[in-house]
Amino acid sequence: MQNHPVYFDNDPQIEQSTLNLGPTHPATHGVFQNVLQMDGERIVSGVSTIGYIHRAFEKIAEHRPFYQITPLTDRLNYCSSPINNMGWHMTVEKLAGIQMPKRVDYLRVIVMELARITDHIVCNAILGVDTGALTGFTYMMQWREHVYEIYEEICGSRLTTNIGRIGGFERNFNTIAFDKIRKFVRDYPKVLKEFESLFNRNRIFVDRTRGVAAVTAETALSYSWTGPILRATGVDYDVRAMEPYSSYEDFDFEIPVGDNGDVYSRFLVRNEEMKQSVRIIEQALKKIENEPSDIFHAEVPEFFLPPKEEVYNNMEALIYHFKIVMGEVPVLPTELYHAVEGANGELGFYMVTDGGRSPYRLHFRRPSFINYQMYAPMSQGMLLSDAIINMSSLNVIAGELDA
Amino acid sequence: MGKITNEELLSKIHSKFGEQVFLTGEPFGLLTLETGREQIIDLLTFLKTDAALQFIFLTDITGIHYPGQEKPVGVIYHVHSLVNNTRIRVKVFMHEGDINIPTATVLWDGANWMERETYDFFGIVFDGHPDLRRILNVDDMTVFPMRKEYPLEDPNRVDKKDFYFGR
Repeated sequence: MQNHPVYFDNDPQIEQSTLNLGPTHPATHGVFQNVLQMDGERIVSGVSTIGYIHRAFEKIAEHRPFYQITPLTDRLNYCSSPINNMGWHMTVEKLAGIQMPKRVDYLRVIVMELARITDHIVCNAILGVDTGALTGFTYMMQWREHVYEIYEEICGSRLTTNIGRIGGFERNFNTIAFDKIRKFVRDYPKVLKEFESLFNRNRIFVDRTRGVAAVTAETALSYSWTGPILRATGVDYDVRAMEPYSSYEDFDFEIPVGDNGDVYSRFLVRNEEMKQSVRIIEQALKKIENEPSDIFHAEVPEFFLPPKEEVYNNMEALIYHFKIVMGEVPVLPTELYHAVEGANGELGFYMVTDGGRSPYRLHFRRPSFINYQMYAPMSQGMLLSDAIINMSSLNVIAGELDA
Repeated sequence: MGKITNEELLSKIHSKFGEQVFLTGEPFGLLTLETGREQIIDLLTFLKTDAALQFIFLTDITGIHYPGQEKPVGVIYHVHSLVNNTRIRVKVFMHEGDINIPTATVLWDGANWMERETYDFFGIVFDGHPDLRRILNVDDMTVFPMRKEYPLEDPNRVDKKDFYFGR
């Protein structure tokens, strides 16, 4: 924070005013409201209101077979839907005791890391916009588009991807997809370097972000923060390293940490994570060359839909098709918690089953929801313009807040 | 997974709390305990502050509803020890009509919204919570929608022609 004037009690400008920031305000990047008590430009106190797009996913999930819950997870953090999809598939696979072939794991890692990159692109580029630099945003959005083209090749859709299936992928990656991934991995680091040279030592940007909304590691842990914003405080907690899933233990990558948890540290951590993601994708591309190229799902006929030709011509395939579509595959009555490292932090799925076709109870541990609760307390005493970039760097996604 | 085995963890908790905390299972290697609401804060404090355990990270608080059970409404805590890389799950079940439980906000600031969400959907009252209001649903809602007695769709709606679908 700069040397802005501070108004004291004897100042005639002490009278406070109320400011409704949101529910729909361009600077909030989503539908949620903050009612702020303002003393001039300075925030005295704030109350956050969320729930404007609450869609009762947990209730709906109790009435749907497992494979129909995947499209619901798309709409949690819609900037990185594939991570949510994969997290959900892995939860069900853990429940069913399905072991994935290595190639599927690596393909999933590629998709998840691409999703992480798009999410960080959105967050960091928009942080630039909120500090007044539109160039980086227009430049980076083009690269998010390239990733969306890769999604299109893999699954056919872009934003709410519904990518993959329980037990693998719905189809193998085609050569166009691999070409596009290779091209992206080759070209993106240069772009990122240019993006960093626009911001990292830019005097205006550093002045606006350095020291703003600094958070200590103790506070961050007490507020159950996870993801880049926790790592920006210096805590190297990453689910990918602590509890590796989808063969992350096979990869060589680093977990970047920041020093004082301010907006600038979060920006740097996200940029560094994008570099590490590119590194992971490069390794995954090498690793899948040693795997049989026709494997894209596990041999689990109870969960993975057979090809349509077989359904019409093969009795067994028809039976399995019917069982899967009608949700008649029995599962263990148990409970489990599975977490993946979402772009915003630990995305957890807590599921209780009773052996039936749908979960008895499904709870999403949504990182944005938990990260965002500190926003109002930490805004106290902050300037409004700092609070805006703080919200931007928390990367609050309304879909993930409200579930 | 972790540096501390579930047996060690359980024996440590048993030596401190005896029969007040009991094991309900270890599904997928995650130690699951059940206790009463009288002990819950003591247990969580012990887990958080014990030098060997250090369950300093509150992953999640949520609720569950089993209609027909003697104690139908439950609260489920997931706590994580970063030092040992071990998770633990603690459950507390309560009688219908008396679903009050002390708040965990005294231990973790992050429990605030998690408990508000649990209150919002299950009607579980967290005693001592600084700001126990609904969070995702509208303020004037009178029901707790994640309870099993509430159907997904409004049974009184008349605009859908269920007749043609045999419903």
